[in-house]
Amino acid sequence: MSHHIVEAQDLYFTYPDGTDVLRGVTFRITHGESVAIVGANGAGKSTLLLHLNGYLTATKGVVRIGESPLLPENLKQARRAVGLVFQDPDDQLFMPTVFDDVAFGPLNMGLPAPEVQTKVRKALETVGAWHLHDRPPYRLSGGEKRTVAIATVLSMTPDILVMDEPSSNLDPRSRRVLINLLKGFAHTKIIATHDLDLVMDLCRRTLVIREGRIIADGPTGEIMRNEDLLASSSLETPLSLRSCPACGKTPDLTSSTC
Amino acid sequence: MGRLEKHFYDIGYLDTLAAGSTAIHRLDPRAKLITTIVFAATVISFGKYEISALVPFIIYPVFLMAVGNLPPGYIFRKILLVSPFAVIVGIFNPILDPDTLLAIGPLSVSGGWVSFTSILIRFTLTVGAAMILIAVTGFNAVCMALEQLGAPRFFALQLLFLYRYLFVLMDEAVRMVRARSLRTFNGRGMGMTIYASLLGHLLVRTLDRAQRIYSAMWCRGFDGTIRTTRRLSFGRAEYLFMLLWITLFVIMRFKNLPLFLGEHIGELMR
Repeated sequence: MSHHIVEAQDLYFTYPDGTDVLRGVTFRITHGESVAIVGANGAGKSTLLLHLNGYLTATKGVVRIGESPLLPENLKQARRAVGLVFQDPDDQLFMPTVFDDVAFGPLNMGLPAPEVQTKVRKALETVGAWHLHDRPPYRLSGGEKRTVAIATVLSMTPDILVMDEPSSNLDPRSRRVLINLLKGFAHTKIIATHDLDLVMDLCRRTLVIREGRIIADGPTGEIMRNEDLLASSSLETPLSLRSCPACGKTPDLTSSTC
Repeated sequence: MGRLEKHFYDIGYLDTLAAGSTAIHRLDPRAKLITTIVFAATVISFGKYEISALVPFIIYPVFLMAVGNLPPGYIFRKILLVSPFAVIVGIFNPILDPDTLLAIGPLSVSGGWVSFTSILIRFTLTVGAAMILIAVTGFNAVCMALEQLGAPRFFALQLLFLYRYLFVLMDEAVRMVRARSLRTFNGRGMGMTIYASLLGHLLVRTLDRAQRIYSAMWCRGFDGTIRTTRRLSFGRAEYLFMLLWITLFVIMRFKNLPLFLGEHIGELMR
């Protein structure tokens, strides 16, 4: 059975204080797809992401990972299959050293120590951060924290990577390093972000979410050129699609990734 | 840079010191922890008027500082920073205990002053030793040693998290205080009500963060136990370190060395 498929069917979610956040979200993301979830602040992106590995349970509706619905019995598998990278790496890195942090997930999965060692090393080498392994996480730079946070999830060998604002607070170079890194991953990727240029580089498909509903779902190129749609969700046309301020030429759209 | 910020970076310096690689740094944390606890217990066990017998105990912190390559000035400043607690504990002794205990020529010293001095010496020795223990071991390793020696797991976990998020919390507090001070003029806006609201915000933010950290832990399979792959090794060096120091502490506890040396040197001179 493939775990690489994520499906949400008519999800509704209300926080205990009465805020309606999700109001009927439906989508299906298949094996190897790279999908962006965009929308205004407070549109429900982060809440939606927390449903994908069962941390939050929908008030109504079903999430399926692979072909089986997310139920209390298979939560453990879902936590392994869906790797969630949080927006603030300080929330994700809580152990005394980078190594301990990356080993946290595999150890909780009950893997034997030698296997944990290899997994940690592999995950840190994948993100190019092995040299940081014995440093305390709070002494790292923002970019380093972010790559280590990704490694903490990779070490659990997830099938699906879910990321909340992966490029926020990064300097342009760290952002570019991150984009290239993510490009190299074969996982199914779901990325919630406001960085539409990152979306142009990484995601073929985009979901636009507004007030807890999916208002558009289609190829990234089409959605990014729909100015009215973007404006209605507090978004703007990405820079890479705007005409050049110096010569006035519009970019060659046939060569974009969309 | 504000004073709060300076202290913040100063705490981080303990970690830099702990990353050293001297023979003392390499010892198993448990050996250093047990020895330091025995040291503190011995120092505390003396009678309240004892001064001279306490003095030789300075050898333990001084030895650790010398071998561990620690800057004495930094450690001393840290001790000074917390010294008001000891002063408050002992400051009323001279008033409560005015009987003369010691007469040096025309100068008479009351029991209160002697016990006050004794408190200050004990405080310096014990707090200094604890500070040095962290500087040559690292806070996290001390927590791990505590757990391995049978301290309740939750206690060790709490300490670990406290230390990890102290930096994040301090960072947040520093930013809030900075934002406030940039918008206050002539002391206006510095009052207690503003301070209370600042603290309230910090508390709410902390609760939010705790929630997010918990969810990040949950997502990676946390079930109440923190596991690590690290193995500690307790070998001959550790046993030797503990044996020698604890023996010395016992000798110094039951034999007043300065008095003993004084008598013998006096005898030799005769």
